[in-house]
Amino acid sequence: MGSHGIKDKVAIIGMGCTPFTEAFGKSTDDLLIDAAQEAFASAGVDKHTVDAYWLGTAQSGMSGITLAKPLQLHGKPVTRVENFCATGSEALRQASYAVASGAYDMAMAIGVEKVKDSGFQGLNAFPIPNDGTARTLTAAAMFSMVAPAYAKKFGVDEAQLREALAHIASKNHYNGARNPRAQFRREVSAEQVCAAPPVAGMLGVFDCAGVADGAAAAIVVRAEDAERYTDKPLYVKALSFVAGNGSGLLDPDYDYTTFPEIVACARDAYAQAGVTDPRHQLAMAEVHDCFTPTELVLMEDLGFADRGTAWKEVLAGTFDLHGELPVNPDGGLKSFGHPVGASGLRMMFEAWLQLRGEAPPERQIETIAERHLALTHNLGGYPGEMVSFVGIVGTERG
Amino acid sequence: MRGIISYGAYVPYRRLDRTAIRSFLGSGGGRGTRSVASYDEDTTTMAVEASRLALRSAPSGTQPDALWFATVAPAYLDKTNATAIHAALRLDSDVLAADFGGAARSGVAAWRAALEGTGSVLVATADIRTGLPGSADEAAGGDAASALLIGEGGDGDEGGALLAEHLGCASATSEFIDRWRTPGENRSKQWEERFGELQYVPLAEQAWNGALKRAEITTADVDLVAVTGLHSRAVRATLRTLGVAEDRIIDDLSSTVGNSGTAHPGLLLAAALDRAEPGQVIAVLSLADGADAFVFRATDALEARRPARTVAGQVANGADLPYAKFLSWRGMLTLEPPRRPEPARVSASAAARSTAWKYAFVGSRDRTSGAVHLPPARVSMVGDAVDDMEPIPMADTEGTIVTYTVDRLAYSPSPPVIFAVVDFDGGGRLPIELTDIDETDVAIGGRVEMTFRRLNTADGIHNYFWKARPVRG
Repeated sequence: MGSHGIKDKVAIIGMGCTPFTEAFGKSTDDLLIDAAQEAFASAGVDKHTVDAYWLGTAQSGMSGITLAKPLQLHGKPVTRVENFCATGSEALRQASYAVASGAYDMAMAIGVEKVKDSGFQGLNAFPIPNDGTARTLTAAAMFSMVAPAYAKKFGVDEAQLREALAHIASKNHYNGARNPRAQFRREVSAEQVCAAPPVAGMLGVFDCAGVADGAAAAIVVRAEDAERYTDKPLYVKALSFVAGNGSGLLDPDYDYTTFPEIVACARDAYAQAGVTDPRHQLAMAEVHDCFTPTELVLMEDLGFADRGTAWKEVLAGTFDLHGELPVNPDGGLKSFGHPVGASGLRMMFEAWLQLRGEAPPERQIETIAERHLALTHNLGGYPGEMVSFVGIVGTERG
Repeated sequence: MRGIISYGAYVPYRRLDRTAIRSFLGSGGGRGTRSVASYDEDTTTMAVEASRLALRSAPSGTQPDALWFATVAPAYLDKTNATAIHAALRLDSDVLAADFGGAARSGVAAWRAALEGTGSVLVATADIRTGLPGSADEAAGGDAASALLIGEGGDGDEGGALLAEHLGCASATSEFIDRWRTPGENRSKQWEERFGELQYVPLAEQAWNGALKRAEITTADVDLVAVTGLHSRAVRATLRTLGVAEDRIIDDLSSTVGNSGTAHPGLLLAAALDRAEPGQVIAVLSLADGADAFVFRATDALEARRPARTVAGQVANGADLPYAKFLSWRGMLTLEPPRRPEPARVSASAAARSTAWKYAFVGSRDRTSGAVHLPPARVSMVGDAVDDMEPIPMADTEGTIVTYTVDRLAYSPSPPVIFAVVDFDGGGRLPIELTDIDETDVAIGGRVEMTFRRLNTADGIHNYFWKARPVRG
């Protein structure tokens, strides 16, 4: 009994990522074809070379046929996976395990979401018939409850907390402004963040991730085969997942200042990868900044900052593009929007670019000179009831 | 001897200042206020609130043999509304629940049937009264509910079961057109007033005299008199004709609550019982398609059996509602909804499986760890217990706000949604919507209690569940 991980058994040899945007002119099929073609080209392979496919989509299609049809895959195993907003990461996790098991030589993880065809604002879950007693709040409102709880527990003045949250949004927009694949490519000042129309609690429009369509893909092979395809593969160091038991909604001991699922997931991932000091060992992290208070708490839950100090670290620029540990150098959900099935793989795409030194010069991080690990973190659900993914990849095979 | 075992009344929290009508429309309105059922209330939910008060002050363990519900504004037709009240009150399945529907008279008709019948009967009445913008009905109407638990007094110690004995009642019936509505219309209409007045006054006299005769008393023996009806001119004329002394007439609540139609006789009777002294005689005369008079005498048990909330206390505990909001709540003004999907309809089978939770707010408690689970669960969140929980009714448990938010984007019939994480006294937590509250009044540490509400309606199916509201007074 134990969680052993697959450190250095599997490597990513090619990736693709469409621009994330209001793709009114592109269908789910188009987005899948674009991301897959880019990944095939990146790895120098074609659809026939890939032995098995994992498709992550929350609600843009059902079954493997959603991918097999547009790509015209003949006789291939295609598995559709869904795990809330961590769906894209889950596709990568399954594809990697399949290769590590020896079942396949090469697998593709691809994630897609076509959100903007719904005609509604925000993300909307497919309604499952129920007794009508479940809460119907927006995700923004659920996460907004973190801010007052955090301020109260750590004695942070509301204005200071507001400033820290605004810095997170502003930092991510700064990074996104330097990313041609991002949906929002303008810098947004902390003042503009604070002045935005209110959405829920103390959160305004600029505290919330946008909504976009997009797709991203990764191709994985056994680590020993990786250099046949690229001289700069990314070795999978850890893939960890926790599905919460929802007790935060029932348990009076839960205080809304931490996400226990993330803490457990990070602990497992660090153990798999042998990381003991994430803040100084990681070159970068892509985290699930669905709302600004989420990123704030994640800095503590992922072990980048001590409890109650993340707001100060944020304001000190620790997680800025050229800070001690760059967080969301690609602009995050804040700049990309959140096509649910694609986001986890979009995060990995940034690790792919940054660790290989292939990010555009205006957003290339310097930490890779000393460090060679990147973390991606993807969550789904709400405070008290969430799923968490933490992945770690590196350029050096241990 | 039959009579009243317990009673309760419910006046919703919101008030419309009648002068706001004229400032908005340039006509209509009047002086004083009227009560307004919240957007998430209907006659069924208000009847639940009044009934909870009545059952809470009844001798412990009291279960009625039947539950009768009367309203002019039923949430459903074809489907019985009283069954939702039955479920919210956790009554046993062998308790009959049935509606007396359609006309304002059906409320007092249910009283009479219960007073002259057998067994114990909980009679709940509720109405939401409105009219077209600027109309007299809109200004004069009010929203409220009342509940009477009617039954036998018994002998000896059990004789104390009644807080008021029923001394007699009488009715007078006549077919004439005074007030009417065809099914589906959002308001009723009224014939010119003089005709109705001339019809009503003799009928009122007939019923009044008949009831006094049965009670073997005279008008001078009546200590507290409530005369009510939607024809206010006929009510005033009746009072003059009967020669009731001014100081014995109880306030008809027209300047604070308005006339709550089917619920009003019960609301005024509750107000009379709130202040009556043992031995005092109370008479209620209702004018609706005829007249019905009832005479009660308060017993020594009254003082100890009054509900936790008086009518006067609820009348005083109200907050202003802007007229435009009133219009939108009553469907007279349609506002732009958020661009979010409307809720899907409730699944009948899923709702049936969770009746205790959805309608009566019953959670479960792990027998080993004591952990309270809201909603009820089979597997404990603490330890490894499976299928070892006991039901724990939480509807009457108060709680404290741990954290909260205001959601300006979520779908609601009346945005924004005010929402809080509530920790209940003695254990248990639930993130839940707040109601009867303004966003400026929410605070961490605030005390709340549970109230039965209608969350939304989809495909004509009303979604009933509980919300939390501030504990006031």
